[in-house]
Amino acid sequence: MSKNEINTNINIKDLNLWYGEKHALKDISLDIPEKSVTALIGPSGCGKSTFLRCLNRMNDLVKSCRIEGEVLVDDENIYEKDVDVVDLRKKVGMVFQKPNPFPMSIYDNIAYGPKIHGCSKSETNERVHKALNDAALMGEVQDRLGDPAFSLSGGQQQRLCIARALAVKPEILLFDEPCSALDPISTSKIEDLILELKKDYTIVIVTHNMQQAARISDHTAFFLLGELIEFGRTKHIFEDPQVKSTEDYITGRFG
Amino acid sequence: MMHRKKKEKAIESTLLMVSGVTVVALFLLCFFLFREGYLLFGDYSIISFLTETSWYPSSSPAKFGLLPLLTGSLIVTAGAIVLSVPLGLASAIYISELADPKIAQLIKPFVEILAGIPSVVYGFFGLIVVVPLLQDLLDLPTGQTALAGSIMLGMMALPTIISVSEDAINSVPTALKEGSLALGSTKWQTIYRVVLPAALSGISAAVMLGIGRAIGETMTVMMVTGNTAIIPGIPEGLFDPVRTMTATIALEMGEVPQGSEHFHALFAVGAVLFLITFMINLIADSVKKKYRLQEGV
Repeated sequence: MSKNEINTNINIKDLNLWYGEKHALKDISLDIPEKSVTALIGPSGCGKSTFLRCLNRMNDLVKSCRIEGEVLVDDENIYEKDVDVVDLRKKVGMVFQKPNPFPMSIYDNIAYGPKIHGCSKSETNERVHKALNDAALMGEVQDRLGDPAFSLSGGQQQRLCIARALAVKPEILLFDEPCSALDPISTSKIEDLILELKKDYTIVIVTHNMQQAARISDHTAFFLLGELIEFGRTKHIFEDPQVKSTEDYITGRFG
Repeated sequence: MMHRKKKEKAIESTLLMVSGVTVVALFLLCFFLFREGYLLFGDYSIISFLTETSWYPSSSPAKFGLLPLLTGSLIVTAGAIVLSVPLGLASAIYISELADPKIAQLIKPFVEILAGIPSVVYGFFGLIVVVPLLQDLLDLPTGQTALAGSIMLGMMALPTIISVSEDAINSVPTALKEGSLALGSTKWQTIYRVVLPAALSGISAAVMLGIGRAIGETMTVMMVTGNTAIIPGIPEGLFDPVRTMTATIALEMGEVPQGSEHFHALFAVGAVLFLITFMINLIADSVKKKYRLQEGV
């Protein structure tokens, strides 16, 4: 299958980003295929997390941040002036590095999204249950939905955060090193979950873990010093990288 | 070598003694307060002290009813809290979450200056500005009411409430805010659904400290709440002139013969006041601790 036959729903064109004087992303152009997993890899500080946070405009929170270029989500440039970030973030969900459940019950954590978007009680309830099922968490928490979210283990908290994102019914899910704070068993549960979710969602994941990228992603992008060095099918990137620095990074010569 | 060790030891024990003074002073203060107050109950029954509804210190037989004074204090304090908590909380939210950092840096010193103004100046301002204003606006026989006290005390409690709740709001982890925003909530939804609940115990501590500040304040309330010399009954609301526990002690202490029944009655009132503020500080402290523990999670 050649690249042209793949449908993409995130298209990045000549994206540049500065934090104050620091040029953190340089001329990034990338088309992210839909309903598959795209991994972003690279050493710390290479801009992969920054890039991820461009896709749902989380960088808006950083005062000194300046962005040029286009990020098209479903053919709409999300950096146009009249774009509503609330609508954008409904469409593009995000799961963070450390599980960040709200200090409320398990149920309320997931109901949070539907509630703020004006869902009725029954609709909210339906979405909570679907999200818990889809995040493979239902079996573990069905008897204690009223318990505080902090009573869950780290891995469960992270799946709760995934469920919380799913309840908003996004099209795209961004994962920012979702397993870096988890043990291997919890990690493999999250990885299984991501493989399950890619049937319905476009997934972009930042990871430090080469094996993880190799296991779960269909495409891989390698970032270095704010530049996109190489992008392609994960298999190709790992088995036959075209650029020397990609090969060096993957084989562990630096990182 | 020995010399140096001795010197260290000397410094250490000097500092120990100095800090010991604080503790001893507190114990002595408690001891005298409670002993002098307790002596009232030789001749005067504690039941009357707690249930009598009037304070007639110079009639015979004299009546020393705590209730009108306590009620006065509570009304003024409650009014102060009702006025200052919403204002203080709103300012804290604005400073920590919404304001441009430059503007926040500009506002903060003003809040601190508010805390540094002597209470007699507040009282003066209250007497000259607030009291006549209330009298005109509400068409009262006198503007010197519990409400005037509440307004002034509310102003004085504001800096405490603002800075402590601002602290609480600032210590809510950014990850929580980001989590909420990433779900597509607005800034405001994030503040009142996630940030404020997460900061709740810190905010409660702020409110408790504000109450503690208000209930113990003397000079300002004395100047603006009327202070009828005899108190015929329990004040009924914000528009009545009242005399608080603190004001009563301050006004009457200078005129009573030492060791008299009246003298001991004032000490008894002081002991009650001490117990109230002590309890409030205790609650504020435990709430604060609980909230630190939560932060640790």
